[in-house]
Amino acid sequence: MTVIHPNLKQTDAKMRASEVSVYYSDKKAIDEVSIDIPSEYVTAFIGPSGCGKSTFLRTLNRMNDTIPTARVEGLIELDGEDIYTSAMDVVQLRARVGMVFQKPNPFPKSIYDNIAYGPRIHGLAETKDDVDEVVERSLRRAGLWEEVKDRLADSGTALSGGQQQRLCIARAIAVDPEVILMDEPCSALDPIATAKIEELIADLSGRYAIVIVTHSMQQAARVSQRTAFFHLGKMVEYGKTSDIFTNPIEQRTQDYITGRYG
Amino acid sequence: MSNIITPTRSDEFAKRLKKRYAAERRFKLAGLSAIVFSVGVLIFLLSSMTFNGISGFQRAELAVPINVAEAGIATNAEQLSLGSAVQGLQAQGLADVVQFAAVQSLGEEGAAELSTQAWRDVASDLIANPSLAQRSHTFNLPASADLAAGLNNEGSPELQVLADRLESDGVLSENFDFGFLQRSDATDPQLVGIWGALKGSILTMIVTLLMAFPIGVLAALYLEEYAPKNRWTDVIEVSINNLAAVPSIIFGLLGLAVFLWLFPNFRSAPLIGGMTLALMTMPVIVISGRNAIKAVPPSIRDGALAVGASPIQVVFHHVLPLALPGILTGTIIGMARALGETAPLLMIGMRAFVATPPDGFTAPATVLPVQIFLWSDEIDRGFVERTSAAIIVLLLFLLLMNGLAIYLRNKFEKTW
Repeated sequence: MTVIHPNLKQTDAKMRASEVSVYYSDKKAIDEVSIDIPSEYVTAFIGPSGCGKSTFLRTLNRMNDTIPTARVEGLIELDGEDIYTSAMDVVQLRARVGMVFQKPNPFPKSIYDNIAYGPRIHGLAETKDDVDEVVERSLRRAGLWEEVKDRLADSGTALSGGQQQRLCIARAIAVDPEVILMDEPCSALDPIATAKIEELIADLSGRYAIVIVTHSMQQAARVSQRTAFFHLGKMVEYGKTSDIFTNPIEQRTQDYITGRYG
Repeated sequence: MSNIITPTRSDEFAKRLKKRYAAERRFKLAGLSAIVFSVGVLIFLLSSMTFNGISGFQRAELAVPINVAEAGIATNAEQLSLGSAVQGLQAQGLADVVQFAAVQSLGEEGAAELSTQAWRDVASDLIANPSLAQRSHTFNLPASADLAAGLNNEGSPELQVLADRLESDGVLSENFDFGFLQRSDATDPQLVGIWGALKGSILTMIVTLLMAFPIGVLAALYLEEYAPKNRWTDVIEVSINNLAAVPSIIFGLLGLAVFLWLFPNFRSAPLIGGMTLALMTMPVIVISGRNAIKAVPPSIRDGALAVGASPIQVVFHHVLPLALPGILTGTIIGMARALGETAPLLMIGMRAFVATPPDGFTAPATVLPVQIFLWSDEIDRGFVERTSAAIIVLLLFLLLMNGLAIYLRNKFEKTW
């Protein structure tokens, strides 16, 4: 079972998962994971490849719905509301819980339209001035404004990889979500672009609850305040990042962070 | 210790390397000769068609000076602008006037070889330009098919002699026949035109496109984006693939049995023809559409879903625009095939002799390939060139259609 690090004081959870299991057809990919995700911190999921951390992340905004064979059991709540009931609209959920993917995936549209897309479909910004303002604010928060302000009409796909990823983050925050999920957002980027994204995550934390899946333990140590270690579909250990990296309780956690496997 | 693997610096290795390069050269040469062969065939086809077809756009015409006003035919501009102007001129004996003028200028023998319908050309010239009636004007009027053959040194020897004499007198010549693009089918190769068939083809293609494109795209979208993957969708997929391979004449039989049973009054109409061809084109659009939709990267869908787009917004804002170039490519292929299709249209009566261009989707019509087929069956020698000319018109129409589609495809193509 999951070990919750004794130093961790459970505060009010933004999202709470209780005994969540995910199946692909009959294969169990996630085995009874329970976790509280705080609103004021960055939470990192670490673990070796195939341990289910991305799968678990995708259940938090129901992106697994797009996989026909996937099935989710257990309870996931956002502000105390069960997100898997029919009362929770999936479109609204995804507007509240945004996501950034492993590979930058800007739409093949202009930079402006990439950002404006979300606010437009949700009707969050009516007039041209409102949309302009949302675009500028989102790009500024994503630290991309100074680099692209003169070429908002250029295609989003013409940017460099790191810029594309920041564009995707700007796109996610344009609809003003409460939680941002990031699925290995730096795995396709070079160290400099990675550093910029990490800086950005630090800037954004506090304003949004951020959950980041990462392969890199150093990255988890740098950007997060809470860390959960996943292994073989189970959450092995969860606690303050400093505790997990300096004082792990479980042997498997110890082995992973010291580089015995993974 | 013996070496099992020959070292790479041995003579045998060099020999084998040489063999490998030789094989590559042979393969390249074979590929090149295949290309040269197909380009050669294409050039031969196009040049022989152009060579034959050019004379199909010309016709043998006799120059006849006629003074219409002097012959006592009342032709004021007002009368000529009426819809019944041709009948009016006919009633006043324009045919006799033309015949008399021809005897005057060409002699009995020559006038006998003026096409019996020549007065219609005079009438249409007068309607287009009423001032021609007030003075003596030399009209270029169609010669008979026999005289036209004589001009080409074919047909009866007497007419060949006559044609030579009239040609040296400067009254018989091959002129570019603008009327070919304005008239419709006729029994006399000197009087036929392609406009009727061309208009029939255009109307038929409009019906085909309007039916096949939306239904095909919607079917592809539903199957790819919404339909559950189960036995039923497998059956549908296999059926669609089979449908794309069904011989076209079967679709003609279907059109005959179903559409003409439903609308018995629309025999030979572009509406029925277009519906029949739409059935044939739809599977091609569905298959290529599904492939194009499948090729849209899942990351784009994820990105759109993650900002909260509903499934239909994902489809219409992202998937469809990205798949459109591929869908259009499939549509071009399907429409090009439909444009050149003859067999199914024969079944629903579009091979009728239609002497006037269709004035709507429900009027009797024929289409270009059927017209070509019909003319190629004619006995009269003059139809050979006309057939080639019709083929050129068909190919130009095809080029125009494909060019438009390629333009649209490039316009919608996104780069990343």
